[in-house]
Amino acid sequence: MLDVFLTILNRDLKLAYRRWSEFANPLLFFVIVTSLFPLALSPGQALLQTIGTGVLWVGALLSSLLALEGLFRGDFDDGSMEQILLSPAPFGIVVIAKIAAHWVVSGIPLIVLVPVVALSFQLPTEALATLAAALLLATPTLSVLSAIGAALTVSLKSGGSIIGLLVLPLCSPMLIFGTRATDLAANGEPVAAPLYLLAALAVFAVSLGPLAVAAALRVGLE
Amino acid sequence: MKLPRWFHRFGSPPWVYGLAGALGPWIGGIAIVLIAAGTFGGLVLAPPDYLQGDSFRIIYIHVPSAYVSMMAYVILAVAAAIGFIWRLKLAHAAAVSIAPIGASFTFLALATGAIWGKPTWGTFWQWTDPRIMFELLLLFLYLGYMALRAAFEDRDKADRVSAILGVVGVVNVPIIHYSVIWWNSLHQGPTISRLDGPTITTDMLVPLLVMILGFTFFFFWLLLSRLQGEIVEREQATRWLRELVEESPG
Repeated sequence: MLDVFLTILNRDLKLAYRRWSEFANPLLFFVIVTSLFPLALSPGQALLQTIGTGVLWVGALLSSLLALEGLFRGDFDDGSMEQILLSPAPFGIVVIAKIAAHWVVSGIPLIVLVPVVALSFQLPTEALATLAAALLLATPTLSVLSAIGAALTVSLKSGGSIIGLLVLPLCSPMLIFGTRATDLAANGEPVAAPLYLLAALAVFAVSLGPLAVAAALRVGLE
Repeated sequence: MKLPRWFHRFGSPPWVYGLAGALGPWIGGIAIVLIAAGTFGGLVLAPPDYLQGDSFRIIYIHVPSAYVSMMAYVILAVAAAIGFIWRLKLAHAAAVSIAPIGASFTFLALATGAIWGKPTWGTFWQWTDPRIMFELLLLFLYLGYMALRAAFEDRDKADRVSAILGVVGVVNVPIIHYSVIWWNSLHQGPTISRLDGPTITTDMLVPLLVMILGFTFFFFWLLLSRLQGEIVEREQATRWLRELVEESPG
């Protein structure tokens, strides 16, 4: 089982590495979206500092939404998904491996990038560690939810516009707890509670989500 | 486990169509009577609120709509799960029929809440209130479900894919609910379901409970009639439906 997991993970990471621009685009998108807010608002430092956390989290959410299109699309179009499903490898493990690979190429760069951009919004340096920790706990859940959205729409010619409608309402708890943790840290208050909740959601999503993804992919391949 | 003899009939479209047709008028009648009684009780018999005056009376539409909007989503998900697991087409038909009704009640809850909010809180819309936020997210869940269905041309596939979304959604509903409670609430605290008994007087409470019951019957009435329509659409090519149409006068 671990063999299957590692093989798929390795394959997907290699594919991502060869087409790195596809995965750089969401990050670029994140930087652009966050820099649009200061342009759209009256340039006051205090205002930017107040809304900074929210802008960062919404930007991260949108950029992870942008990254999910390609999650199953390539494998579905060239038929390799069908072959994987027909192979004796347990499909749930395959799905977890694909989600993990997606998280490595889309989640981890966000965890690094967001605190850097946060500096430009004058977020206190003490809050940066909490922000990174909250992202570390929230991005796996986002990856699982993205995978559900991608799997549900995989057999549609143009699923892109629908995915947002499906996934974003489900993402709202991560947004709430993530911004809450960051804000508490910025005010120097204890941050354990929202971080625990994010961790609980991550465990919940990673353990049950792949089942839904596998079921949706099976229907899509019928 | 041996299934009871009548159970298989729920897989038969003509039987369910007939059952829905037979039950519909009764449930509809009960709904009309209950809603009429609740309206009379709420608008005439209940005393005006000492703080909010008469404006509180919109509670008799607001709370039942909110209640039905959440109940409908759970029933939708249960029907979708039954349809997905046992491949019961009629369960899918029920789930499909529920979605627009549930979305309408969610919208009604939001709209009446906004109308009530103006005289009471001084604002139509309050972004920081968790229950408004929850109802709004619930509306998005309904709309996402309907949009996903509409995107598929093959009905069978649409059934199965949207069923997965329904189940994922219903697992998330409590999480979303409790996460939005993290905000400071403008909303009045729970008035009916409290351990030490309701904080609302009996004259106000009884019409509210009658209205909730009436709205529930109203929901099932709408559901049965939409289900009949859905069955007709799905069974267009079948003989029993053609015979039914030919038999009926006019």
